[in-house]
Amino acid sequence: MTQGFYKVVSNQQLTSNVYRMVVEGDTSSLSRPGQFVNFKIDGLYLRRPISICDYDTDAGTITLIYKVVGAGTEKLAEAKEGDVFDLLSGLGNGYDTSTSGAAPVLIGGGVGIPPLYGLCRKLRAEGKQVKVILGFNTKDEIFYEEEFKALGAEVFVTTVDGSFGTKGFVTNVLSDLDYTYFYTCGPMPMFKAVNAASVTSGQFSFEERMGCGFGACMGCSCKTKYGNKRICKDGPVLVKEEIVW
Amino acid sequence: MVNTKVNLSGIMLDNPIIPASGTFGYGYEFAEWYDINCLGTFSFKGTTKDPRFGNPTPRIADCTAGMINAVGLQNPGVDAVISHELPLLSKCFHKPVMANVSGFSIEDYAYTCQRLDAQPQVGWLEVNISCPNVHGGGMSFGTSPEAAAEVTRAVKAVTTKPVYIKLSPNVTDIVSIAKACEQAGADGISMINTLMGMRIDLKTKKPVIANKSGGFSGPAIKPVAISMVYRVYEAVKIPIIGMGGLSTAEDVIEMMLAGATAVEIGAANLIDPCAAKNIIDDLPRVMEKYGIQNLQDIIGGAH
Repeated sequence: MTQGFYKVVSNQQLTSNVYRMVVEGDTSSLSRPGQFVNFKIDGLYLRRPISICDYDTDAGTITLIYKVVGAGTEKLAEAKEGDVFDLLSGLGNGYDTSTSGAAPVLIGGGVGIPPLYGLCRKLRAEGKQVKVILGFNTKDEIFYEEEFKALGAEVFVTTVDGSFGTKGFVTNVLSDLDYTYFYTCGPMPMFKAVNAASVTSGQFSFEERMGCGFGACMGCSCKTKYGNKRICKDGPVLVKEEIVW
Repeated sequence: MVNTKVNLSGIMLDNPIIPASGTFGYGYEFAEWYDINCLGTFSFKGTTKDPRFGNPTPRIADCTAGMINAVGLQNPGVDAVISHELPLLSKCFHKPVMANVSGFSIEDYAYTCQRLDAQPQVGWLEVNISCPNVHGGGMSFGTSPEAAAEVTRAVKAVTTKPVYIKLSPNVTDIVSIAKACEQAGADGISMINTLMGMRIDLKTKKPVIANKSGGFSGPAIKPVAISMVYRVYEAVKIPIIGMGGLSTAEDVIEMMLAGATAVEIGAANLIDPCAAKNIIDDLPRVMEKYGIQNLQDIIGGAH
């Protein structure tokens, strides 16, 4: 974990309410996909946790994709190139790729998709065959389909209203796929459906309102089969077998 | 060279900076950010007789110049604190530490305090009779002078170390409660705990926090804390640990002028993990700026 100042390189709108921000700064505390940073934002007291989409240790950049959902992300969306933010970085455990087997599937719902991109890149670099299911409500919300394809993943898109790809939910596609393991990030109803439909072990990345983001305040605790865990410090990634639904 | 040392019930602190219970875990989480031996001491996570998970989530809400929490005293219970947490704490912190205790009955308080009093590294007990986030205990002991005195007497009867009673600001007359604690044998007063607060989400039209209300802390409550410490200082002779929204070295001096012998830093630790260290590093500069040689000399200086 590190604290530092990060300069905004770009902050680009991807859909009506989803943005991609690239910041420049220290990446030394990042070790796995699925970790997050915690933004200090002028005028707001608590920091705002944002999951990391990808990072580049050579370039010294971190890519973050966020959806505007409240006061914090509204301010982030206004950030301009050259603006500087105080970030805590290298937070959370991240995804463990050592258990993936040869052909894992990645399942993302809406703004839960971004951390799966860095994960996909790592799994591909490890020589694994990766399938990706991206779930959205409607065609206008779709982002990063091409980026996942560019990593060499086999990509399936679902939309609830059927305006693009398979009509329905990610589990409509998941049920027809062969895979050795799964990784997922998205809303809780999707998690429950994935848990029920999945035929292998897997990892879920959870979201919770946090106080500190580094394990001090117990604001984001959850119960697991192996005791209490803090989503920010012991998570956000939990394995299927430990989760209490 | 300025002198930042203060005497807290017979134990000299290198400086009056004490991270507050519930914002600093058992110390080791912060040892990943800096060497916590620079602290005067710290008050570890509130401990109860039995393990507690606490309240459902969401437990946290952001506010203007502050935050609300309703963690609900999550802790592994006194047995696990002694067997597991204190050994980890002692690896990264080598000074006397403050043990924070909560309970749901007089017997609970006495039992947990007695167990922690026996731990060699514990230098002080801080008895929380002011948690707003638990039902059937916590704050109810801190809202009447009689109940506060009863807890104080029960704890003092079974302990040997200095006992600080942590008071709630959610009362009509905090002075009468502080006096009752003093008369019952308290060695000091620790104040203030969080103020009751609530936020409502305009989208869901429901309270943000699952517990509905919680404890409001952060810079917004500093004037409330200063005022209460000022009034209690005039009414009691025992030392006061002052807290409530402090986040800078200037805040520390202001609180000591109001009457605090030492100060606790709470919510600021959650925003900036190095907050307490930064305050300690900045303290000599601010003391020089205001012509203060010995920090101990300014306690109650505003009276």
